[in-house]
Amino acid sequence: MASNAIETRELSKNYKELKAVDKVSLVVEKGTIFGLLGPNGAGKTTLISMLVTMRKPSGGSAKVNGFDIEREAGKVRESIGIVFQDQSLDDELTAKENLEMHAAMYNVPKGERRKRIEGMVKLVGLEEQLNKEVKTFSGGMKRRLEIARGLVHHPKILFLDEPTIGLDPQTRTSIWDYIKKLNREKGITIILTTHYMDEADSVCGKVAIIDHGKIIAEGGPKQMKNELGGDVVSIECANSEKCRKQLEGFAWVKNAVKHGGTVDARVEKGEEKIPKILAFAAKKGIMVKSVSLRKPSLDDVFIHYTGRTIREQEASPGAAMRLRRKAWGQKR
Amino acid sequence: MNREIEAIYALWKRELIRFFRAKSRVIGSLGMPFFFLAILGTGLSNAFALPMEGNYLEFITPGIIGMVLMFGSMFSGIIVLIDRQFGFLKETLVAPVSRTSIVIGKALGGATTAMFQGIIIMLIAFFLGVNFQIGNAVLLLVFMFMISVMFVSLGITIASKMEDMHGFQIIMNFLIMPLFFLSGALFPLSTAPEILKAASMFDPLTYGVNGLRFILLGYSEVPFATCFAVISAFTIAFIAIAILAFNRIEE
Repeated sequence: MASNAIETRELSKNYKELKAVDKVSLVVEKGTIFGLLGPNGAGKTTLISMLVTMRKPSGGSAKVNGFDIEREAGKVRESIGIVFQDQSLDDELTAKENLEMHAAMYNVPKGERRKRIEGMVKLVGLEEQLNKEVKTFSGGMKRRLEIARGLVHHPKILFLDEPTIGLDPQTRTSIWDYIKKLNREKGITIILTTHYMDEADSVCGKVAIIDHGKIIAEGGPKQMKNELGGDVVSIECANSEKCRKQLEGFAWVKNAVKHGGTVDARVEKGEEKIPKILAFAAKKGIMVKSVSLRKPSLDDVFIHYTGRTIREQEASPGAAMRLRRKAWGQKR
Repeated sequence: MNREIEAIYALWKRELIRFFRAKSRVIGSLGMPFFFLAILGTGLSNAFALPMEGNYLEFITPGIIGMVLMFGSMFSGIIVLIDRQFGFLKETLVAPVSRTSIVIGKALGGATTAMFQGIIIMLIAFFLGVNFQIGNAVLLLVFMFMISVMFVSLGITIASKMEDMHGFQIIMNFLIMPLFFLSGALFPLSTAPEILKAASMFDPLTYGVNGLRFILLGYSEVPFATCFAVISAFTIAFIAIAILAFNRIEE
């Protein structure tokens, strides 16, 4: 038995000139909640779609549950559950019929189907809706049903592609609670992608940051934040670019990044630096609107490695194009 | 093997559940053929001379049954496109089941619902006064089944090649309607202009309609053996093409 849930070696996927996934080597240990973080179009979904054998890699290799994704695709498929980014239920069937259909396709023994379906539905709190048509469900209920469906055949790994996208904050929290419970109670390895850094921070045991198809940083969220060290002082000001340049000149500023009208400066002992910053701003004639102090978040980790915030990147037209090209189900 | 059969069964069942759940769809699909029979069939009943015994209503009944089989099964095939748009296709494509089984499951499901519609139309025709002389009921079912599987496969092939539903009107107007009109469902081919007659020989539905007419009324403009052979060949060819096309869908 392989001890790792996932091992990839220089796994790559090219779409003509575009390197959607660029030589990714990754190891995910069993039982972890592993988050693949990055802006839309970074290559998260493409990477996952190769791991679940929906797309053939252009280069490199990967093993999922010890099975090669190209030579043993069938075994990979049996051993994993998938929740796609976009809805993939049959709206006209009931929750139960959707689950039964899945159980049949994944060869769940007939005698066990009912018990398993009931168990899974209970886990995601949909007992009451079991015999209702899916088209009457809310977005959060559909997502929970998809999670239940992904588990009916008892997979060892559950892949979740942006499980909380398009859901309201309350539902998002409850979805993460279900995911954590699953991992804790059933020991299922969970691979998820998200671009909500705060959510990843609170859920994932380990994360990898992916940008332009490459893994640029990897580790525990805590460790990554600690490595960054110190505090982040956010200065909202009128002339932010000037402010950033000036701040970078100070020896005690590790780095300063501008996003929108705000400059984030990483410093040690932030509370002592705020007066200094304000004093220098007054001297240079920079109008400061507000100042805040925080511990580094995964967002700051992302900024540190890419020089941008995750949202800035999304807004760029190049990223949007990458996104469109690779949207699941549209590309043929 | 057992797993593949399970999957085929599950997909077949899904088609049936979906079909019978949407009551309006069942009724809607029977509307057009009903009016063809009740209005066109009765209205034109003495309008022209037929090369067979019986009236015009009787003449077009096998044609309308053929139409229902074709429309019904084509739509079931093209539903693959809707499945893709609404994401359900992905769920089936990532399952540890061969694509061939998926096509077979869908084809059987689509054929079953199409045959159901065909039989309803037969009953309606019977109540409108059509005097059926069904020689061989099993042969009738087999023949209806083959016509249906052939057209579901064609629908799946088209759906595998199309990006979205925009092309659907084109398929409807430039493929389905000509196939129907050329098949000799509504007029006798023997008295039609040569060019139409020649074109109809390339239309698989011609053999379907004439085969049905032979089984139901004992009359055909094409020898039944030819009909049976051509339909069998088309069915096998079309399902093979559908499997190929479906296997090419990347996801």
